[in-house]
Order: sequence, then structure tokens, then C-alpha cells
Amino acid sequence: MLNSKIKLSPKIFTKEIEKVSPRDGFGEGLALAGEMDKKVVALCADVTESVRMNLFKNRFPERFFQMGIAEQNMVGVASGLAATGKIPVVGSYAIFSPGRNWEQIRTTICYNEQKVILIGSHAGLNVGPDGASHQALEDIGLMRVLPNMSVIAPADSLEARKAIIASIKYPNSIYIRLPREKSPVFTTEQTPFEIGKSQVLWLPENEEKFSGITIFACGYLVYSALEAAKELEEEGISITVINNSSIKPLDTELTLKWARKSKTIITLEEHQVAAGMGSAIAEFLSENYPLPIKFMGLKDQFGESGQAEELINKYGLGKKKIKQTIKEIVSIYKG
Amino acid sequence: MKITLKELEKLSISIRKEMIAMLTKAKSGHCAGPLGAVELYTALYFGGVLKYDPQKPDWDNRDRVVISNGHYAPLVYAILTHAGYFSSDKLKTLRKLGSQLQGHPSRLLLPGIETSSGPVGEGLSQAVGMALGLKLDEKKCQVYCFMGDGEQNCGNTWEAVMTASKYQLDNLTAIIDRNNIQIDGFTENVMPLESLKEKYESFGWKVLEIDGHNLSEIIKAFNASKSIFVKPVVIIAHTIPGKGVDFIQWEHEWHGKVPNSQQAEEALRQLRNLKGKIESELE
Repeated sequence: MLNSKIKLSPKIFTKEIEKVSPRDGFGEGLALAGEMDKKVVALCADVTESVRMNLFKNRFPERFFQMGIAEQNMVGVASGLAATGKIPVVGSYAIFSPGRNWEQIRTTICYNEQKVILIGSHAGLNVGPDGASHQALEDIGLMRVLPNMSVIAPADSLEARKAIIASIKYPNSIYIRLPREKSPVFTTEQTPFEIGKSQVLWLPENEEKFSGITIFACGYLVYSALEAAKELEEEGISITVINNSSIKPLDTELTLKWARKSKTIITLEEHQVAAGMGSAIAEFLSENYPLPIKFMGLKDQFGESGQAEELINKYGLGKKKIKQTIKEIVSIYKG
Repeated sequence: MKITLKELEKLSISIRKEMIAMLTKAKSGHCAGPLGAVELYTALYFGGVLKYDPQKPDWDNRDRVVISNGHYAPLVYAILTHAGYFSSDKLKTLRKLGSQLQGHPSRLLLPGIETSSGPVGEGLSQAVGMALGLKLDEKKCQVYCFMGDGEQNCGNTWEAVMTASKYQLDNLTAIIDRNNIQIDGFTENVMPLESLKEKYESFGWKVLEIDGHNLSEIIKAFNASKSIFVKPVVIIAHTIPGKGVDFIQWEHEWHGKVPNSQQAEEALRQLRNLKGKIESELE
């Protein structure tokens, strides 16, 4: 059942649910952040509208810097701005930033301990028709391995808005991963968000009913996991779904709590299984509470052109595949 | 108290000697480049150009110095001790475990260092960011960015060059140590840079070309760079790598190695001689 404490949208499983790209939530949040704090500056690499930085640009033109298609320079400039007391927010597509400028991020931001907020938009298969060259599937890993860098993958537009506002106040540099595609806005203004905290969105009515399967999902796929959970519940299989948008820092307390209650963990992400969100969970649990983990993600492969949903299904990350995977695990338990 | 050119010249020789001693003790590091750039740093820090206060390294109105070529660390460290940022005792700890004097500079460990650097080709971007930030705050501070000529190979450098020009960063002075060597050989063989002056000019910069060992010329160029409006300025300083030690001079093999104790002795002997390899411009 839905976790009532999280105050999800009453329209969550209805056709009326609004679909918005998380980029829009980010854009609104950035403009709000700009109003709240004059130190906020924004830099973009020739994709201003697409990354939804135009709201900020129009409202605060003197604090917006168009950097052209030059992502390596862009993050270095952001580091320099941070050194003079600014809070730079740097936007591009994830494939270019952090795809193209990783060493500059490592040296000028992380090693220098200059706080910069990086926005990697158009991350994941949901980029769709543009094809494999533009589908960032490695960015969580690239950023997760860096000291002094946190990683957030918001689950919907409202969470993206909360994430950018929270990042402004957060002491560390943060990478925020955003999908391109519109997705259901299933959280509400009242849904809590905190960097370093994950949320149980769906849980069994009681312990007896629990199948022992907990899904940790992030980003665009969280809603699919919820849909799968609802349909499975109707078929008599009760699972737990956790929105693990805070990939780093990981909510170790909640992760451990649900690992202890579970027999199997499933991790679900639009990212290579190697080095992704699931790997972060596995690294933590293998040291603290080892248990079987099923990794749902890209298996050392690139995507291709197609509609977002077609790709999600083809690469085995959609609702149908989630349900099938869970049923297979349940049947193993039943022996 | 105004320091004379003669005193600056003597200081430059002391700094070269300190670097040889430091590098010999460290047993690794970079030799040729830093030895050739001594006058550039001496002029900036002690020739009345740079606004700084070693007692308040974070002073808001200080000028900023960005070392894009972090492998010049031994030179930077020697300069900072003379500037009063820390005691010269620390120089002997260069590259040792637990030292504040890392192989490449770390801004968190040492006062007077603006950026932790090492990988070349990205310092100018950071300097551009600082210059932009200072302009936003309407602060009258100059940002100086030291670069090597090898890092003119990097695309990142030219991205920053374009940005500085776009935003008319006249509070930015870049200095290129044009010593013609990089790790694999002479710059014009590795990846031709010439004509560097025309390249920068066509990117909208004001270019000053100088003899990088002539202290009065260097000071003049630094001061001129502060009074040029609308354009960022690059000082292309022609230098001799390894300047002062004959077996290091012009030898690109010395880019990334250090003298053994015998070679160090010979280097120090040469440097001790004021009338040796560094000819006084006043004599």
C-alpha cells in the first residue's frame, strides 16, 4: 500500500495525473533559488532552454553566463566563480557534463573543494529518438566515485525543484541527474525531501504479507516500480518500493532497516549496472548486511533510437519486466 | 621600501639555488620550467605589482594568482616563503609524506595558493571565473594566471581564451612561459604553436611580448596589463628553460627530472657565480 506518511498525490494511479518533465521543476526551482540567494549564478553550454535555465536567465541576466559548447571550460569557470563566493549552477546534457569534462570536475571542483552544482539533463534511455550517442548511462558512476561530490536523481518534477533548492544550502558539490521525458508528478509539495534521505513509497500492509522483496529505484523509473507494486499487490504479492533519489550520500539507516526485513533487494535505474545506484547499495550492504541483490539496469551496453517507453521496455526496465522479475524471485522462494 | 632591480636579481639567484636544493632533496619533480620562470614570479611578487598580504591570505581585495602549470610548485613555494606566507624550513619537506608542500600545489594545505592544480590546461578557466566573480562584485582586483606553453595544446585553454574575450575581462592578465619545451620535446615539434601572438590577437586579446628574464621589462608589462581596458592581456614571456644551469638549459629531458647530488653541486656552483649564466642587465 502507499505510504501515507509520504503524502503522495491522490491522483497517483489515475489517468488525471499530470505529466511534467523534471527539467521544468528544476528550472522553476533554480529561478526561486536565484531570488532567495543573490550568490546563485548559472552557466550553460548552448542548451539553455532545453535544460530549462531560461527562467533564471530571463530573471537574472547579469548572473547568467552563456559558455557555448565548451563544457570543460564551463566547470573551470564555475570553480573560479565559487572561489569568489558565488554558488554556481552549471547545466548541460549529462553526456557532455560530466561526460566530457570529468577531469576538470575532479580537479577544479572536487579536489579544490569549490562548491558547484552540476545539472546533467537528458540522462538515461528516456532521451529516446536521439539515440545512443545522447543517452548518458554512465554519469552516476562518473560522479559517485569523486570525493566531495554528492549525487541526486530526482523521481519527478517536484522532487527536482526541491533538489535544486536544497542543493543551494547544502555544503557540498552536487550532481543532479535529470531525465528528458515528461513523467507523472506523483509526489506533492508536502512530500518530504532531504539530501541523504530516501523514502519508502510503497510498503506491505503487515509483515506477514511481505514477500521479502524491496525495490530501490531512482529517477524516471520510480513510477514504474510503483505501478508494478500496485498490480502485484492486487495479485497477492506484497513488496516495498523505496525512492532512492539520494544516491550519495546514501540513506544508510533506511537501507539497512529494509535490508534486514528483506530476503532480496532489487535495484532499478536507467544506468549501467556497473558503478550505478545499485552498486552504491551493494557496496554498502555487502559490508553491513549481505543479501541477494538483483540489479536492473543496462548490462554493459548502449541504447538506440526509439520512444522512451519502447526503449525502457526493450532494455528490460519497464513495469512488465519488474513484475516478471519479482514473480521469478517469489517462485524461487516457494521452491 | 622599494626593492631595486639589483636586489630582485640577487633574489632570483637565491630562489634558483633554493629550488635546486629542494628538488635534489625531493628526488623527483620538475626542474627546467621553474628555473626558467624565476624572474616572472620575482617581478610579480616583489616588483611592486601584486596586491597581497601574507598575514591575511584570504583578504577580499587581494589580487589572485592562478598557477595553471602546477608542476612549477617548487618555484611557487620558494616565492611564497620569501613573500612571508610560511617559513622556509618547510621547503625541505617538498613531496614528502605529510608535507604541506605537495608535488603539485594544494590550496587547502598552504596559504597563498588560490587553486589546487596539476593537470594543465584548466587554470585559465578558473582565472576567468574569478575575474567574472570579482567584476560582479565590482572589486578592483587583478587576476594573474601563469601558464606554460605546452598547455596551449589544450582545447580547454582556448575555450577559456574565448570566454575571457567575450566578457571583456580586463581584470585578467595571463602569462605564458614561452620556453619552447614540453615533456616530449620542443613545442614546435610536438604540436606547433606559432604564431602564438597572432592567435591570441585574433581571439581578441592584447598581447605583450617580452624577454622573460629582463626584470624591468617584466614589471613594465605587468603594470601595463592593469591599465589596458576592455581586453584581457596575455604576456608572452620568452624564457630559457633551466636558465642559470648550463646542462639543464634548453634540454627538454629536464622537464620532469631533478639533479642528483653531483649535478646539484655543479648547478649550485654555476648559480653562485653572479656573473655566470644569469647576466646582469645592469652591468
